[in-house]
Amino acid sequence: MEARTIRQRGPTGERRLSLLYLAPSLIIFAVFVFYPLGRTFYLSTMGTDIIGRANKFVGLDNFAGMFSDPGFFKALGTTALFALFTVVPAIVGALAVVLLLESRISGQRMFRTVFALPFAFSVATASVIFALIYNPAVGMANGILSHVGVDRIGWLTEPDLALISISITTVWMTLGYNVLVLSAGVGAIPAEVVEAARLDGATGWRLHSRITVPMLSPQLFFLIVISTIHALQSFGQIHILTKGGPDGATSTLVYWIYEKAFSYGSSDFGTASAAAIVLLVVVLACTGIQFGVLERRVHYR
Amino acid sequence: MSTSSSAASKIVVYLVLIVCALPVVFPLYYAFIGGIMTPSDLASYPPKLLPTAIDVGNYASALDTIPLARQYLNSAIQTGIVTICQLLSSVLAAYAFAFLRMWAKTAMFALFMVTLMVPWEAIILPNYLLISDLGLTKGPLTYLGLTLPFLAHAFGTFLLRQSFLQFPIEVRDAAVMDGCGHLRFLWRILLPLSKPAIAAVGVYVFMTTWNQYFWPLILGNDDQYKTLQIGVSMLNDAESSSPTLILAGVTLALLPTLVLVIFGQRFIIRGLTAGAVK
Repeated sequence: MEARTIRQRGPTGERRLSLLYLAPSLIIFAVFVFYPLGRTFYLSTMGTDIIGRANKFVGLDNFAGMFSDPGFFKALGTTALFALFTVVPAIVGALAVVLLLESRISGQRMFRTVFALPFAFSVATASVIFALIYNPAVGMANGILSHVGVDRIGWLTEPDLALISISITTVWMTLGYNVLVLSAGVGAIPAEVVEAARLDGATGWRLHSRITVPMLSPQLFFLIVISTIHALQSFGQIHILTKGGPDGATSTLVYWIYEKAFSYGSSDFGTASAAAIVLLVVVLACTGIQFGVLERRVHYR
Repeated sequence: MSTSSSAASKIVVYLVLIVCALPVVFPLYYAFIGGIMTPSDLASYPPKLLPTAIDVGNYASALDTIPLARQYLNSAIQTGIVTICQLLSSVLAAYAFAFLRMWAKTAMFALFMVTLMVPWEAIILPNYLLISDLGLTKGPLTYLGLTLPFLAHAFGTFLLRQSFLQFPIEVRDAAVMDGCGHLRFLWRILLPLSKPAIAAVGVYVFMTTWNQYFWPLILGNDDQYKTLQIGVSMLNDAESSSPTLILAGVTLALLPTLVLVIFGQRFIIRGLTAGAVK
């Protein structure tokens, strides 16, 4: 890196200048990342008054209270289920679409754009549309099913179904992003590699399973890590579609944190911060495990 | 290649793609078509898939009912501030990492990368307390509260540094020979040649900021300073609003990012995959 230096000032002057260039970022990180991170740990040991101000040291009481709350463990389980229901289907679905698009057809770009469209939706716009689609009285989901004689379904009000309905919405939302990432990966596979395989007689499924998918392993690994992190952090679709209900059936860890801190008259920032630390640990652990288990199988070019 | 079996297999591929595309496109179709349907059309059961009459008045009422026009402006201000400032802070930091000597450069870069590993939801509560203690949740100061935590982000720095490191050495050497200073080199030579990377970061920041939900939700007390995303979800909560009105509002909120996805796809792809390829 030293070789890439414009040698006009002395080395010390240049080092000072580099600090100046880093300063805007460093200040924002200090105030809005590192300080809040420390304060999360601090708050997790504090009791809070009715408006959420820390007022007394309680040691590990917040953690003890949280770990004796069945609702908390239910939220952890719901979070795990939600990740399971969303991460794998959205990646497998996108991979299938991208491989189909590789069949040397015309209109490939148009189809790719169509499958990328959900990426344009925010969590709010997507969830509001799906709220209407799932609406038991006027929703399209029941409307379409009624043509084949299926009775009205309470997509968001049946405890066993609500999480699946939210997962469908999330898979739909994530699909566009995944298609874009995998398409870019396919585009970056050297043409010689594919041609060589074709000359050796590999076509269709064989070509994909031996060449395309292994060559996509960096993108697939990236998607697994990123989608798991996103799944663990999901909030908007739950807030808009079910508010954690029915009866806590869709309350994930982040939603549980939100309710502790912000639902009517709760303002329990102490317990919410303790749960935020659990979130931090879970996210870091999942990422770490995925790097440990999966990364060695990734084929980087 | 033009045997009948490959033609048949192409038709199968088309059919499968179209069948897969239907559920993907349906929510968008529903939002567009529902937004111009009459309330009675959309409220009939089973719902109609095609309108019997067209009613564009829903868009006007959506802009009136909740101050949606105002919230459009709020989102534009929020997204504009964050995108411009994050680009500036990222360009400067990336330049320092790519071209300047630095104390403890490796450790400093690691510090930037650490910020990427902290989930925002894990530090959102202390950030909320800080911003509300500073009084940035009231009136026009809400714009500061909405944007301050996002004025810098390590993702942009990371992506731009990658791009700067590929900058041709000869061009830089020629500039140095002419006695070109750092800011001049950055502004006049490096940035014009790095437009695709800048666009990739810009589009990415624009989309993530425009689409934010959790942070604007807990910050906005005052309807006048809520963002579009919150306004749209409030449309959904309000008992009085008809589905046609909600869908018109959703369509309006969706337009800017939809345009980006359709026309700015190559920049999006560039931004998305920077993390995927080592």
